Amino acid sequence: MEKIFQKLSLSSASLVFVILLGIFITLFSASKEAMTEFGLGFITNPDWNKEVPIGDAITSKKASEISLDMDDEVSDDGGLLADEDDMLADEDEESSDDEMLFDEDAVSETITVYGGLVPIIGTLLTTIIALTFALPIAMGIAVFLSEIAPKNIAYPIGIAIELLAAIPSIIFGMWGLYYFAPIVADLVGGYQVSLLTAGLVLGVMVLPFMAAITRDSMNTTPDVLKESAYAMGATKFEVIKDIIFPYSKVGIIGSIILALGRALGETMAVAFLIGSIFTLPSKITDPTISIPVAMANNFGEASGLGESSLFYLALILFIISFAIISFAKLYFLKGAK
Amino acid sequence: MRLLVNKIILGLSTLSALIGLGFLGWILITLFIKGLGSFHFSLFLNDLIDGGLRNLIVGQFILAGIAAAVGIPLGMVAGIYIREYGRGRYANTIRNLSDIMMSAPSIVIGAFVYAIIVVPTGGTSGFAGAVALSIMMLPIVINTTDNMLSLVPKELREAGIALGASKYKVIIDIVIKAAKVGIMTGILLAFARIIGETAPLLFTSETSNYFSLDLTESFPSLTVSIYDLANEPEESSRDLAWAASFILTVLVLIINLTGRFITRNKKR
Repeated sequence: MEKIFQKLSLSSASLVFVILLGIFITLFSASKEAMTEFGLGFITNPDWNKEVPIGDAITSKKASEISLDMDDEVSDDGGLLADEDDMLADEDEESSDDEMLFDEDAVSETITVYGGLVPIIGTLLTTIIALTFALPIAMGIAVFLSEIAPKNIAYPIGIAIELLAAIPSIIFGMWGLYYFAPIVADLVGGYQVSLLTAGLVLGVMVLPFMAAITRDSMNTTPDVLKESAYAMGATKFEVIKDIIFPYSKVGIIGSIILALGRALGETMAVAFLIGSIFTLPSKITDPTISIPVAMANNFGEASGLGESSLFYLALILFIISFAIISFAKLYFLKGAK
Repeated sequence: MRLLVNKIILGLSTLSALIGLGFLGWILITLFIKGLGSFHFSLFLNDLIDGGLRNLIVGQFILAGIAAAVGIPLGMVAGIYIREYGRGRYANTIRNLSDIMMSAPSIVIGAFVYAIIVVPTGGTSGFAGAVALSIMMLPIVINTTDNMLSLVPKELREAGIALGASKYKVIIDIVIKAAKVGIMTGILLAFARIIGETAPLLFTSETSNYFSLDLTESFPSLTVSIYDLANEPEESSRDLAWAASFILTVLVLIINLTGRFITRNKKR
């Protein structure tokens, strides 16, 4: 019995390893078609689902060269105009795609090119906006809960903040689209669905998560340290700045990185707000797309190379988040448990 | 000057707490007004095809329930391994991998299940959705079990062993019992989290307008339907989405608060 139980527990624990390895292998093999077709140039190519004459971009080498040129174009000052043209062109192409499916000749003469640059940039930018917005507020909340508020106030507020973290992400998305985004768009102008609104709602989502972990690590500061600083005549702010922050620095950075990982992979809250178009944004108030949203909205209809390219994106996202979390684990959260 | 800076900073951090609470209040009030406005008890009696939510709520519970039935025992046993049996590198690696898995983007898990189940079986199914959710649940349960077992004092284990009980007996009868409340709370929180998940279900279970208990076909899911309904142009669909969101949030918050209530009572 003892032996059986031990074996059983070992195999369930190993399941974690098997599943993670399985995810990696599956994503890798499912994205193989796109990988051999586009190679690493996929990452720098801004075109998604674009018909290109067959001679132009068949090898991955050429695709990457083309995409590099494209990159330069976009970073020029004329990027804004070029983007708008692209956007129109994309719409035209989408409608013509459907017709082409039935037109065998057209299909045989062109190849559809998929590039991941737009969703990759979209993912990174929304995450950066989210963290820039959430970080100061989360720190403030943590300081308030651990140092300012008396215990009988801090407890219910702490619970309330944690409840905010429990609300399903799809609710954040709906609320963001119908109530939050219109106000933001009124204030700063631009579209209601944009990088900015998506990033801010994402920020509201990771805020409670970040605040809770930061508060917990601040609470680990020994009272003796704080008391001796107060005894020296330090103000509360000086104690926070010079005693608590240095002491809980490692945990705080860890919480930021975990929030970062969460923001990178968030789908539903962003899906409502980012606009879901494969166009590089030229302003913060432009709509674009992120990796999870690209997957959520296109997986159903995609097949062949398109589906394989979505798996390629999934693999990239998985590797980025894996790397970030392992980095956080190795360097910052080692002593957390 | 120092005192002024002190006042400003303390004021700012109080303000941020108010902002945080403000967002919570804003979202909840929106949900209440929009959700209650379109809420009606007939929503629980009709299926989506007749303008109700019955099939979706039942479907979501079944998906999350199966995920829990698979994820909880596996996760607990794996957690026990990490804390009680595992020694050295291997257990530590598994612990870290499980934490990484917990933070893996949920849509990627959806894509994984799509590739290993939906593609080979030829279509979306409730089974695939349940598998995706149990993959999400597993690391959360492992993490909770691991943490809660670490709080059980070593002396309890030693006392058990000294009485001649086998290690397995000690774990089942003493250690787990001592950590029971904490583990239950963690499991409730994990359940509250996966029942509100949308992304892993989008292309695994999908959703269905009809009542269904057949796990081999597209399965009704509350969250996926909220997403579909919210994106439809008709006002009536969106109202239904709000009502569904309201029900979902109330459910999640009740489960969550129940979990906290259990722990709090124990502490007293």
